[in-house]
Amino acid sequence: MTYSYYPGCTLKTKAKDLDIYARRSAKALGIELEEIEEWQCCGGVYPLATDEIASKLSSVRALNEAKEKEQDLVTMCSACHHVIKRVNDDMANVEDIQTRANNYMELDTPYKGETKVYHFLEVLRDKVGFDKIKEKVVNPLKGRKIGAYYGCLLLRPSKVMGFDNAENPSIMEDFIRALGATPVVYPFRNECCGGYISLKEEKRTVEMVTKIVESAKGAEAEGLITACPLCLYNLNKNNSKADMPVYYFTELLAEALGVKEEVEA
Amino acid sequence: MQRIGVFVCHCGSNIAATVDVERVAQYALLEPGVVHAEDYQYMCSEAGQMKIIEAVKEKNLTGIVVCSCSPRMHETTFRNAAKRAGINPYMVEIANIREHCSWIHKDKEEGTEKAVILARAAIAKVNLNTPLVPGESRVTKRALIIGGGIAGIQTALDIADAGYEVDIVEKTPSIGGRMSQLDKTFPTLDCSACILTPKMVDAAAHEKINIYTYSEVDKVSGFVGDFTVDIRKKARSIDMDKCTGCGVCSEKCPMKKIPSEFNRGLGNRSAIYTPFAQAIPNVPVIDRENCIKFKTGKCGLCSTVCQAGAIDYEQEDEIISEKYGAIVVATGFDTIKLDDFDEYAYNQSKDVITSLELERVMNAAGPTKGHLERLSDGKHPEEIVFIQCVGSRDVTCRGKEYCSKVCCMYTAKHAMLIRDKYPDVNVTVFYIDVRTPGKNFDEFYRRAVEEYNVNYVKGQVGKVAPMENGKLLVQGVDLLDNRQILKEADMVVLATAIEPEAGVRKIATMLTASIDTNDFLTEAHPKLRPVESPTAGVFLSGVCQGPKDIPETVAQAGAAAVKAIGLLAKDKLLTNPCTAQADELLCNGCSTCANVCPYGAIAYEEKEINDHGIRETRRVAAVNTALCQGCGACTVTCPSGAMDLQGFSNRQILAEVDAICR
Repeated sequence: MTYSYYPGCTLKTKAKDLDIYARRSAKALGIELEEIEEWQCCGGVYPLATDEIASKLSSVRALNEAKEKEQDLVTMCSACHHVIKRVNDDMANVEDIQTRANNYMELDTPYKGETKVYHFLEVLRDKVGFDKIKEKVVNPLKGRKIGAYYGCLLLRPSKVMGFDNAENPSIMEDFIRALGATPVVYPFRNECCGGYISLKEEKRTVEMVTKIVESAKGAEAEGLITACPLCLYNLNKNNSKADMPVYYFTELLAEALGVKEEVEA
Repeated sequence: MQRIGVFVCHCGSNIAATVDVERVAQYALLEPGVVHAEDYQYMCSEAGQMKIIEAVKEKNLTGIVVCSCSPRMHETTFRNAAKRAGINPYMVEIANIREHCSWIHKDKEEGTEKAVILARAAIAKVNLNTPLVPGESRVTKRALIIGGGIAGIQTALDIADAGYEVDIVEKTPSIGGRMSQLDKTFPTLDCSACILTPKMVDAAAHEKINIYTYSEVDKVSGFVGDFTVDIRKKARSIDMDKCTGCGVCSEKCPMKKIPSEFNRGLGNRSAIYTPFAQAIPNVPVIDRENCIKFKTGKCGLCSTVCQAGAIDYEQEDEIISEKYGAIVVATGFDTIKLDDFDEYAYNQSKDVITSLELERVMNAAGPTKGHLERLSDGKHPEEIVFIQCVGSRDVTCRGKEYCSKVCCMYTAKHAMLIRDKYPDVNVTVFYIDVRTPGKNFDEFYRRAVEEYNVNYVKGQVGKVAPMENGKLLVQGVDLLDNRQILKEADMVVLATAIEPEAGVRKIATMLTASIDTNDFLTEAHPKLRPVESPTAGVFLSGVCQGPKDIPETVAQAGAAAVKAIGLLAKDKLLTNPCTAQADELLCNGCSTCANVCPYGAIAYEEKEINDHGIRETRRVAAVNTALCQGCGACTVTCPSGAMDLQGFSNRQILAEVDAICR
């Protein structure tokens, strides 16, 4: 199982853990992640302006490189996944964007959205299978009550992302269960953490994060997992009580697969 | 050679604003056969028709072309005018220069050019028209009503009271429909059962009405006045003549935990059951999928306890074939599934219910005996939130684009009834718009707000979150106040969109009755023929045609009855003479036409043919003109060109094409 891998900027700086644990776990599961050469920042947000292509080109380059290698493209960060998946959808379905991006790129063969984009969680669910992961777990996280925090970027717009039921998702709960821990379902697991609002309106973000954390605490979660560096930042920084540990999902995966210490060492 | 008159209608400004009608008339005069052309403001008016009649007499016209609206609108009008003028009605052709031209063009030059071409085609066709004479067909004086809810019952009663035989086919074990599930009705708050059950009894007792419950329409053939319908009487496993309706079988049945359809799954029923106490007929049904006897061969308790010996495990589906002159569709509605609306937590919490489920909860004969309580723990609620437009006016693919029309009123009703019976309960209603047109309707809604202090919030709900304390956190927005609302509720009630009953598509297909993108049956004209299907002899009653409340349903049911009675009162109907004909000399008996005919109108016969002096017996097609609907499928499929349609012959069609391409 070899995939093109797009880590994204944050995974090289603030969110190194998300990346390192993922790579080591992938190895343990027999997945090869080949980092795309000379990838560029995805832009961090999907550009909503319909006539804007400049900030979509980085995604197109990554997608096209995967296409040329005849590989599926795997992402780790929610924001990168969101941007690349949506740009790929544009390249397949929006003629105007497809034409203008290709005119700019001057590729030998125009790119038309051929590459399949998977978030690493989708690879675990659909390619490896949670049952298989369960078999490979050497250090089951027994007795740990973990809440999944989805945020919004992985789920919406649900038609394009095709990730899970946006209103009542279950992929991360199934993932937690595969690791031997007990998933805690709490209602605000798919509510927005505030995202970049935290830079401008800290008070509002604190309100939003508190609502999420209180909801998780009410359901007796001991910790939360996320796939998004920004969500992790907000949940840590803007939780007024700072009483809920938040992990990248890959960290728990590495722990359950028994490769976490090796990474730390 | 024909002597043709061309009459160009302005249709007020509908045509004249985009088409130079005078020029169309001038150009028409240049066409072969045309001896008269004029334009007039409203050709369909009496004055306009008189112009046609006078021109026929003065100029000895033999054919008429009217350039006007769609033939669906006024073909009959102008054919009658021709008849009054003394020429055969089938010598009239309509050039549709409104729907096909003026309404879809903006540029007058373009519109005029196209109108001239359309007129030219119609003229070319009339040049080849021949007088046609309609045949006659008989009318079976019996009506079929599909669906035994309030719509079907009312239509049946009205037709039967006029003296005609009526059969009702109802797929569930009892008539009564959705109305029998309701508690109280707006705007008068009278009890639904109290006004419905007498009508059910009237229908059952009426000597002209015959009710087939637990039955479905299997097959429909024939045409207006002379339909043949196969009705499948599903095996009830009960001898209806012997059963006394004592109910001991249901009491003793050991399978008691089957979700009751009548109570929307909120209560249970047994495997042998009558859906509700006032069911008509008061004869149970065995639900074979859940019956122990049918599943394992053991049990048979109902048969043991039945004093009348009415239980019949061997009963089989029975198909009866009946003839009808008219068919009324009254198949009603259901609420949409909420699987795609997980933000309301309907599948996650027992305390989130639909409005129709609340009707059962509020009903004295319902699962809680009429006590308002949370279905999760039986506790009395203190805070109830109603959410309107759940799936209605929803432009995402998961809901319905239309307004379900009845929800604003029943939500006001529910809110008011709860506040009246339990003044300690706070009621909040989230709405997009409150739409309450109708007699005494807006007054009713205002009473909910002003007298009963129901808290109406303009805005939608984004999330209903079941909390660890058992309550439901409702996250919504107050658009008038521009603020987010977080409200802890004990119960949430969803005003769920309504949609046509699931089986309607199959029935519409059998009847060749058209349905719209939402599966509502289409009316022949949205304003002027609202209770007739475009398919002759098929009428529409109730919600199958579009969302409506009980008063409207009853009114439409009566209107559908009148239209059906108007048909049944006739002894004979004139048939369309535009039917197919086979040229026996060209026919090679290949059966291709019979295979494509949707009406089964083509048969084959061995016939002695005189082909230019050669006499021989050949297998040739013969069209039953009573069954032929003139669709033309056979004419285009016939490999040897033997099939032709009267009034739309191959020559006529090609002449039109030539005229257009000239």
